[in-house]
Amino acid sequence: MKNSKLFWLLGLVLVLGMFLAACGGGDEAEEEGTDTPTETETPAEGEGESEGTETAGEPDAEQVLNLVESADIPTMDSAIAEDAVAFNILNNVNEGLFRLNEENVAIPALAEGEPEISEDGLTYTFKLRDANWSDGTPITANDFVFSWQRALDPAVGSPYGPYMMAGTIAGATEVSEGADPSTLGVVAEDDKTLVVTLERPTPYFMSLMAFGTFYPQNEEFVTAQGADYAQTSENLLYNGPFVLSNWDITQGGGWTMEKNPEYWDAETVTLETINVSVVKETATAINSYDTGDIDRAGLSAEYALQRGEDPDVVKELEPTLFYLKFNQERNGEETPLANVNIRKALSMAFNKQDLVDVVLANGSLPANYLVPTEFAFTENGEDFREVNGDLTEFNAEQAKEFWATGLEEIGETEVTLELLGGDSELAGKMDAYLKDQMETNLEGLTVNLKAVPFAVRLELDESQDYDIQNSGWGPDFQDPMTFIDLFVTGSSHNLMSYSNEEFDSLVEQAKGELATDLEGRWQAMADAERILIEEDAAIAPIYQRGLMSLQKPYVKNIISHPFGGDYSYKWAYISGKE
Amino acid sequence: MARYIGKRMFYMLITLILIATFTFFLMKILPGSPIASADRLSPEQRAIVEASYGLDRPLPVQYFDYMFGLVQGDLGVSINQFKGAPVTDIILNRIGPSAQIGFQGMLFGTIIGILFGMIAAVKQNSWIDYTSTTVAIIGISIPSFVFASLLQYWLAVEWQLFPVAFWKDGFMSSVLPSLALAMFPLATAARFIRSEMIEVLGSDYITLAKAKGASGSEIAFKHAFRNALIPLITVLGPMAVSILTGSLVVEQIFAIPGIGEQFVTSIIVQDFSIIMGTTMFFSIFLILVILLVDILYGVIDPRIRLSGGKN
Repeated sequence: MKNSKLFWLLGLVLVLGMFLAACGGGDEAEEEGTDTPTETETPAEGEGESEGTETAGEPDAEQVLNLVESADIPTMDSAIAEDAVAFNILNNVNEGLFRLNEENVAIPALAEGEPEISEDGLTYTFKLRDANWSDGTPITANDFVFSWQRALDPAVGSPYGPYMMAGTIAGATEVSEGADPSTLGVVAEDDKTLVVTLERPTPYFMSLMAFGTFYPQNEEFVTAQGADYAQTSENLLYNGPFVLSNWDITQGGGWTMEKNPEYWDAETVTLETINVSVVKETATAINSYDTGDIDRAGLSAEYALQRGEDPDVVKELEPTLFYLKFNQERNGEETPLANVNIRKALSMAFNKQDLVDVVLANGSLPANYLVPTEFAFTENGEDFREVNGDLTEFNAEQAKEFWATGLEEIGETEVTLELLGGDSELAGKMDAYLKDQMETNLEGLTVNLKAVPFAVRLELDESQDYDIQNSGWGPDFQDPMTFIDLFVTGSSHNLMSYSNEEFDSLVEQAKGELATDLEGRWQAMADAERILIEEDAAIAPIYQRGLMSLQKPYVKNIISHPFGGDYSYKWAYISGKE
Repeated sequence: MARYIGKRMFYMLITLILIATFTFFLMKILPGSPIASADRLSPEQRAIVEASYGLDRPLPVQYFDYMFGLVQGDLGVSINQFKGAPVTDIILNRIGPSAQIGFQGMLFGTIIGILFGMIAAVKQNSWIDYTSTTVAIIGISIPSFVFASLLQYWLAVEWQLFPVAFWKDGFMSSVLPSLALAMFPLATAARFIRSEMIEVLGSDYITLAKAKGASGSEIAFKHAFRNALIPLITVLGPMAVSILTGSLVVEQIFAIPGIGEQFVTSIIVQDFSIIMGTTMFFSIFLILVILLVDILYGVIDPRIRLSGGKN
């Protein structure tokens, strides 16, 4: 009998041991504390590879890159693409008139040189270079006319077609609502000449031409394929650095990209093959990275904390900004947030540096602005942020003063506000931190947290049924305007009853009469941003998102982009992988 | 028998119609839009996109349209997870990996579980018995995704015996996910067989067999085992369910392009047609398993009469 008890005990110890050891290895068990010394054992082979970097420079004989993607490709049809994965692959297997280069400047790609622009800035004449589709047929101006018209066709139901073109390309709004497609302001003058007419001068038009929605499609091919178009890698044509293979939309798991011999700039491309597998679990991706199956793995929140100090870590700053929206009118009644001093108090009441260092810990930056840093530049390379600097900051003392004034003005001593946010673990932690900071620094304030799924948050936003909302925005083109015009009176993203005539008129000027005066336009946008944040505290910027990844040292020159496709592999190569 | 099956089929059909109807309207109550970039579009633009999927039509029209398609085996096309791809093809292409790991897991788990249970019963209160009981308790109480993570860490990352993930190395890729899924059937089978065997071994006819001089193994396998099997078959149905639900997460952990992980994603991105199609597929599968289990009863124990009314 004693013996049997011993076995029980032994069994239990064995099982427990298995768990504890695995936790120490930084595996799955996120809940438990994982900072045990065994953790450092994991990347044992890392040392061997770092030697490789010293001999870096010359590309290896074998040029194969192994990557993971967090989701299957939802579509390869550039006209209906609307998500990060699709735009990323499109950017590497296709190409538009322009392409973002290694410095993230839009440079001519299928266009031969810069276009001819009419004096009023409304007509762009592009000459196309001699380039072919992957089946050898030449790319013509009609390929652009066809795909742009297709992206607006209501029957095709493209979300991004109308979104990117309406208000920019002449006639786009009407065509998206069913008007004759030929009234769209894009005409093929001959096979190699494309004339685009704009609705208003658009200084950032070149960067738009690098966006997936504006890529060409071969009319004959698309029509012949019918419903099969873009369903497999065989039912597609490519004109970019790589061609897609081993892909079927109904089959998950991954795909391959191979160098495109027909690409006009094929001599620049070094990589021969890119294997992509779909992995939805960060832990799985990291395990595959550690065994050398893949060359790059993203680090999400808790893994960023664990592996942030790894020598293989590469950091990127994304142009995505998160901010608090202050709703001034809820259910037809003014909220306490209609008072500017209350808004100023709230926007200064939380420590952003601690938030990014401790809560987020993924390389994000505290933001005291709306237009991200390292995103939009003047012609001589000056960052928009250098023009406008910081417009607000964490200052508990000042926040308290504004708070006291504000309370007096609205005649209250206590205020209860609802903070609406996302339902992810990270969003929950962040909102709890904001609540704690605000309640600590502002006496008489109660913040109630409301965490909901994204779709629900959108609905509450639309019906303006919230007090404070934790919200974010990423750019659609490389210009401060993609952020600033969100908050003009009546914008479908304002939805918080913010309205300032001066702000509206500055945005109007920047879009209208100043559109061709680059310096004046830049200044108008800077002034508008200053009014929005410094004077009105209409929103409270929180942080600009950073991204950490593990990347093998032998992987060189993957370029990350601020909008459109996230990465370019055109210039990437392998060097020093034994 | 034929009449019994016919009757069951009729009830199955009604069940399926009810499931389809419930799922359909539950989906429609869900807030939000299936358009991934809904936050960027103006309400007018969104309306145009939704109309292109037929989502602007009155609900009853959408419902009858869907049910009509369902009867003809047409599950529609994916809205946003795989834009425009036929749902039937998506499901068919993803059954393979799921079926393989599910079947392997269930087969391995049940066989090992039965062996564990039999040995434990024959050697009651020995150390083998206690070990197998411990394993059974662990197997039932710890969810399969925990085993999946542990197996992945130890067998793939540390000892590098198997691939970490992906569906690229044929059978080798299927070993770890199958093992993770095998734990529950293993534990269940071991527990049931043990308690049933102990009961059967104590019954009169076993004593008679012993008296007639049958050997120990002969008694265990020939006489006791068959009777001990019946309760196990009862749990086969629920076990298949747990394998299915377990595979949702296990597939995700091992990055296997199966039907489970695809189902999870479709719910997250609100791809209405895929959610409906996969739900119907799972329902049909489960209902068939339950029918099969009921028929198996009669085969194994003729005392159980399916048709009823003959007592």
